[in-house]
Amino acid sequence: MKLRVPLAALAPVAAVALALVAGGVLIAAVGQSPFEVYGLLVSQALGTGYGAGQTLFKCTPLLFAGLSVALAFRAGLFNVGAEGQMYLGGFAAALVGAYVRLPAPLLLPLALLAAAGAGASWASIAGVLKARFGAHEVINTIMLNFIAFALVAWWGHRLFMPATVRTREVAAAAQVARLDVVLPWLKGSPANLTLALALLLAVGLGVFLFRTRIGYELRVLGLNPGAAEYAGVRIGRAQGLAFALAGALAGLGGTSFVLGYKHWFEQDFTAGAGFMGIAVALIGRNHPLGVCLSALFFGALAYGGLVVNQRVPADLVNVLRALVILFAISSYAVFERVAKLTQPKAGKAGKPA
Amino acid sequence: MSLLAVLLFVAATLRITVPYALAAAGASLGERGGVVCLGLEGFMLNSALAYVLGAWYLHDPWLALGCAVLAGMLTAGLHALVTVAFRADQITSGIGINLLAAGLTRFVLVTVFHSSSNSPRVAGLPELPIGPLAHLPALGPLLETPLVLLAVALVPLSTWLVFRTPFGLRLRATGELPQASAALGLSVGGLRTAGVLLCGALSGLAGAWLASEQHCFTDGMTGGRGYIAIAAMIVGKWHPAGAATACLLFGATEAAQIALQGSAFPSALLQALPYAVTMLALAGFIGRATPPRALGTPYDPEGT
Repeated sequence: MKLRVPLAALAPVAAVALALVAGGVLIAAVGQSPFEVYGLLVSQALGTGYGAGQTLFKCTPLLFAGLSVALAFRAGLFNVGAEGQMYLGGFAAALVGAYVRLPAPLLLPLALLAAAGAGASWASIAGVLKARFGAHEVINTIMLNFIAFALVAWWGHRLFMPATVRTREVAAAAQVARLDVVLPWLKGSPANLTLALALLLAVGLGVFLFRTRIGYELRVLGLNPGAAEYAGVRIGRAQGLAFALAGALAGLGGTSFVLGYKHWFEQDFTAGAGFMGIAVALIGRNHPLGVCLSALFFGALAYGGLVVNQRVPADLVNVLRALVILFAISSYAVFERVAKLTQPKAGKAGKPA
Repeated sequence: MSLLAVLLFVAATLRITVPYALAAAGASLGERGGVVCLGLEGFMLNSALAYVLGAWYLHDPWLALGCAVLAGMLTAGLHALVTVAFRADQITSGIGINLLAAGLTRFVLVTVFHSSSNSPRVAGLPELPIGPLAHLPALGPLLETPLVLLAVALVPLSTWLVFRTPFGLRLRATGELPQASAALGLSVGGLRTAGVLLCGALSGLAGAWLASEQHCFTDGMTGGRGYIAIAAMIVGKWHPAGAATACLLFGATEAAQIALQGSAFPSALLQALPYAVTMLALAGFIGRATPPRALGTPYDPEGT
């Protein structure tokens, strides 16, 4: 048990290191120095107040999406639909913020609730189909992503401002304050207080998963569905709950842009942040703390790509992110096998290990 | 509607269906062996770029087609390496490969052609000399296109390969119960890799078609076609011919959507139809779509 934590953290670190080495080869291939490019990336994304703020801003939706994917993973479910859930969450928040007339202290909570509700209901379609018909959630969540895009394209068109692909601005009461109000050091960056909400939810998720009965049931379901059923866990209900909660988390991820930054919904605003939630959860090993660290890493990478664009194409970071995913799953599989091989065989020695 | 309008609609449908059918037939081969092929989008995207690079540097569309197939197989080879050799999660690998292709193709586009949106114009595949048939209204230009004929030939060929040859039987056995294949002395890893590589080759043709039709590479030009092909494969119940039929249906929906653009009909909603149909098929409303039993499970020779 003492050895498990460092080993669990070692594999993702190894994957990131390998990806950076492979990325370095790519940088060298276009005639640039990998050390200079990486140095520039780190100094710009973390070294200045504005850069750090941009990193935190990029990190926010990744954190929501990462928590969403991690929660579903813990229950043995793969949520590939965080992108669509986040997209609809942002859309719902924008609609409530722009069209609902309510006194100021009520409007923001309602807009947040709308985002969570939209994400949760959209994810629940996949949850119900899984629980009732055993339909595989991976394909269904991918399909739901595309349907969400089509729905918003169809409906949004009537709402968008003339000659734009955005809705009108949300009321001031629905806007979330920027972080630089509290931390002047981040001056001018779009990081906002939805990040604090994400961090709170990360703590909440940790408590839920590891300190409550329902969280325990979800984890048992993820580790061993047979054992969960034998122990009396109502599988269908647990799966539905996991998907609804995961969807709510992803849906809230849309509020960073919509309520905290631009103050309107814009077509394609998620820009793959929901998909990246898979990578975030993967590198964070589905643990809330790991997810926070991993979201920070991917956030720095997302902003860092923009600053190194002068030297190498910004798509370097997209390649890096993909390589991190591929190296991570490969190293996890290999590490797991090595651990299995080196484990003392309890039966043979005749003594408990 | 006049006869010509009908013919034009049919031709448009077939044109849209070609890449779907090729990729979906490929995915049926890969998944029948037990490996989830969510990376179709990435296979196609890399191949489309390889076609353009081949045509640009080698000045020969047929060599460019070869480059595209090779790129499809190389990308598929990476998927096989990760999922079969390292036994990593197949779904995540597919998603990773799609991200990799999206980033890498744009990286190369910027580096080689100094544009983040599109490559310069390159030659498409030449028209076939089919004589008077070329004068057929609407369908003539389609029949002149080599990849259309290739797609029409490859779909039944893939069906035959999966259901009528010893290789196909072994491949399907590996996808259903790899332990049984192994007990027969077959190489589970070899068969699965072969299925994935075939999928890469067929997706390579699909990617080449996209680039050849547009005479250039544009950023993200596959536009979700890989996912539509996966959906069609599911609706077609992991059967190359069934998948191609579903592709025709999806192609017709897309052609209708283009034809109805600007009319009062909410054509944007038609976009969602293939995805909704796929979900219904998965839930068992349109005949049960049952995947190969060992699909998605890495094969562990030491395991039970």
